[in-house]
Amino acid sequence: MKKNSKLGLSDKMSDIILLVIIIALMIIIAYPLYYVLVASVSNPYDVYAGKTFLLPSDFSLKGYKAVFSDPSLYTGYINSIKYTIIGTIFSVTMLYLTAYPLAQRDLPGRKYISLFFIITMYFGGGLIPTYLIVKDTGLIGNMWSLFIPGGVSVANMILVRNYFETSIPHELIEAAQIDGCDKLKVFLKIVIPLSMPIMSVMVVFSMVAYWNDWFTALIYLPKPEMAPLPLVLRNILIKSSASATQASTISGGYAELNKLTEMIKFASIVVAAAPMLIIYPFVQKYFEKGMMAGAVKG
Amino acid sequence: MKKRIKANWQMYLLLLIPVVITFIYKYIPMYGIQIAFRDFKASRGITGSEWVGLQWFEKFFSSPNCMRMIKNTFLLSAFTLLWSFPIPIIVSLCLNQLRFLKLRKLAQTIFYAPHFISTMVICGMIKIFLSPSGGLLNLLMGTQIDFLTEASAFRTIYIVSEVWQHAGWGCIIYLATLATVDTSLYEAAKVDGASVWQRIVNIDIPALLPMAILNLIMSAGALMNIGFEKVWLLQTDLNKAASDVISVYVYEQGIEHAKYSYSTAVGLFNTVINLILLIIVNRIATKHSDVDFV
Repeated sequence: MKKNSKLGLSDKMSDIILLVIIIALMIIIAYPLYYVLVASVSNPYDVYAGKTFLLPSDFSLKGYKAVFSDPSLYTGYINSIKYTIIGTIFSVTMLYLTAYPLAQRDLPGRKYISLFFIITMYFGGGLIPTYLIVKDTGLIGNMWSLFIPGGVSVANMILVRNYFETSIPHELIEAAQIDGCDKLKVFLKIVIPLSMPIMSVMVVFSMVAYWNDWFTALIYLPKPEMAPLPLVLRNILIKSSASATQASTISGGYAELNKLTEMIKFASIVVAAAPMLIIYPFVQKYFEKGMMAGAVKG
Repeated sequence: MKKRIKANWQMYLLLLIPVVITFIYKYIPMYGIQIAFRDFKASRGITGSEWVGLQWFEKFFSSPNCMRMIKNTFLLSAFTLLWSFPIPIIVSLCLNQLRFLKLRKLAQTIFYAPHFISTMVICGMIKIFLSPSGGLLNLLMGTQIDFLTEASAFRTIYIVSEVWQHAGWGCIIYLATLATVDTSLYEAAKVDGASVWQRIVNIDIPALLPMAILNLIMSAGALMNIGFEKVWLLQTDLNKAASDVISVYVYEQGIEHAKYSYSTAVGLFNTVINLILLIIVNRIATKHSDVDFV
């Protein structure tokens, strides 16, 4: 780097170098996703022959039709939507219930209660002891096992708490208190409405976490009809097995089935990844702000 | 004091449910760790099961793959850290100096994208891209190598995909830090005739340093904490020499074979090592810099 500055690289030259680096990185990140998208609407034989590097070949939406007509994938999709909605409401509620009281500087015992939560970030019971208590409380095979045991996200709680402490104007709260509002009313009427930037980030974080989670379901939900989408995808993407229902409905024999299995692979990747990839850009502008409020400790 | 507690009763009420949930699902399992020292039988409960001392730990240390697992766990996370720590810093420095603001926004959107995809989907993509018959990588190289059966390729696959997925997201915290740099510094540097590289070296890097150190410390504290999901999904019988890690073993022994006590003991061993690393690193950090955490 020192050499460059001695050479007296002009700003224009540096601009071009930076531009090249960034565009190269954009291609590296985006291309694999683009490739899957193109492959999902192409003939799989052409994909594996290397004919779809840039554009689809033999365009068809058969893969997508197959994804949505496959009963296990369809159930998985519905399950994932259900888990994501309920889980997000639950998690964000828990965040607010925890973050607001702990943002009160005059709350007796605030330090100890914070510590009570923070310890769980660094030390835990581990897989089996947690599994045993989930079992003892009767949550195995119950949807709520996905939400309750991990329901209080301490890292996110700290971000929200710091946001409350640093980004809500004190004058506003004091004015409300002079008008006779107690803390709960301040919470409902001032803090919640003013916390939309951080709330939207937390909603997206929660949605992404629940939409993408499969490990919790793998352990706690043994029934296949309760499996969320990623877990159903495991059979298709990782184990590479076609479902029995497809095998029975295909008339063209093994080759045709094989072709359909490959199409389903690409289409199901798109179907599983697309919702979150469409949502996050809407709150992207809040990411940095929210992270910063959390990083600069209050 | 009593008055203040009374005045805050609503706040305690709000905290009630989260505290109860945390107590039941985080603290009771900590108490349950003692089954690592007992021969747990479901019918006799945690405290009713027979005390066996360090039997399970001895069993683990004398198992044939013990050293391999410890080594793999450590190497996989150490090599991952080696790449995933510096790359977001370098990328943020470049992004921050990029003057085309619209392109910068677009680049950020693209860089963040893979972070929002499930590990399951990422591993599905890895399998497809690395497939020996018609996978993208083999097509580009003109070969037919089955990478996932090669133990020597496992770490590279893991690290490359990890960096591809999360390095962009890792930039956020650095970009946020760089956004707080006083713009008058840049202007003064420009007046003095400093080039972009001089601005990066003299203004940006010093601004990032505390956050970078903090990040490094946090990751170093989690050096034995390799995630279960991706390794488990990418593991094949043939790449086990490199992919056999502790977290996968804990899962297999505990959930698949229902060896509750043994699995808990292995998991506890891993947790304790992590905790020791975290404490050591924290000590060093508070001694040598002004950053403080925990």
